[in-house]
Amino acid sequence: MKVLLDLLFTFARIGGLTFGGGYAMLPMLQKEVVENRGWATEDELMDYYAIGQCTPGIIAVNTATFVGQKTAGIAGGIMATLGIVFPSLVIITVIAAFIQNFADLAVVQNAFAGIRICVCVLIFNAVIKLWKKAVIDKGTLAIFLVVFVGSVLTSLSPIVFVIIAAAAGIFLKNKEVSKS
Amino acid sequence: MMLYLQLYYEFFKAGLFAIGGGMATLPFLYDISDKTGWYTYSQMADMIAVSESTPGAIGINMATYVGFTTGGAPGSVIATLGLVTPSIIIILIVARFLKAFKDNRYVNSAFYGLRPASTALIAAAGVSVLLLVLFGSTTLQGISLGDISISCIILMVILYFFSSVCKKTKGLHPVVFIALSAVIGVVFHLAGV
Repeated sequence: MKVLLDLLFTFARIGGLTFGGGYAMLPMLQKEVVENRGWATEDELMDYYAIGQCTPGIIAVNTATFVGQKTAGIAGGIMATLGIVFPSLVIITVIAAFIQNFADLAVVQNAFAGIRICVCVLIFNAVIKLWKKAVIDKGTLAIFLVVFVGSVLTSLSPIVFVIIAAAAGIFLKNKEVSKS
Repeated sequence: MMLYLQLYYEFFKAGLFAIGGGMATLPFLYDISDKTGWYTYSQMADMIAVSESTPGAIGINMATYVGFTTGGAPGSVIATLGLVTPSIIIILIVARFLKAFKDNRYVNSAFYGLRPASTALIAAAGVSVLLLVLFGSTTLQGISLGDISISCIILMVILYFFSSVCKKTKGLHPVVFIALSAVIGVVFHLAGV
């Protein structure tokens, strides 16, 4: 029981103190999980983090579930996840309620008009960062272009593209293997 | 009640198919907006900004925000739980077969295709925000080149320079650039009010 509460509070602290999402969380995870608590070794954490990046869902949640389940089984996985999402729930709900009440003010509208421009740039920066790891040869470039054009021009659900891309990946890679 | 079930279901799907972290949920959030009309593209852009500027995982922040906008405080909890449920299930399964999963040829080759697709979906979501900012329209059909906002382009280029080119400032946290552009928006009356 104590270890479950420990997981809840530790991950709540990690969630509440890291700005900038999953990637920014790694140093904090290393400090709390590896150094302070000894719930996982450095290598294990890196494995969890790497798998957390390529399994569906939010990286921080995936990593938290991993560490929690290793420490205290299924209940541990759930507690660690609840811990990491708890600060977001509180903070965002307060801010959203605040913005809802002041959305009509000219100063708020002007501020958000400026912020939206910044959001474009931030998304662009995120795409560039991901591109470097994702688009590595002709096959991946083709997948990128097809999905990008398809997604801009049609209103198909992203799920369709995700499934097709996974199938294309398996097809292309295995063709390569059988050729060589 | 129906609304909460639908919220849970939509975010469950996003959690199950968004691969590559928080930003990967963006295309799903736009898709939900298209289908349900729960929130507009311009509200969406505001939510991204708030999610990037507050502590916590960006994907969780966005789910909480969308849930709150759609169904108040219970909505924020339900959307977030919907988003994390697939993660918990999948990770608990993967954790049992950790080694086999890491070395599996099919898993690795699927991700070879998924990574560029995920990048492309985020880029496409970025195009929607870009159209909104530059032309005030969310679809390619709705734009006319005469509506283009020059001041937005200038600010965009400046922000890009400081956030990714200039070595001295590019490591700064996004919240710095968001705060700066809020100030510029207020000073230059970017919303026109």
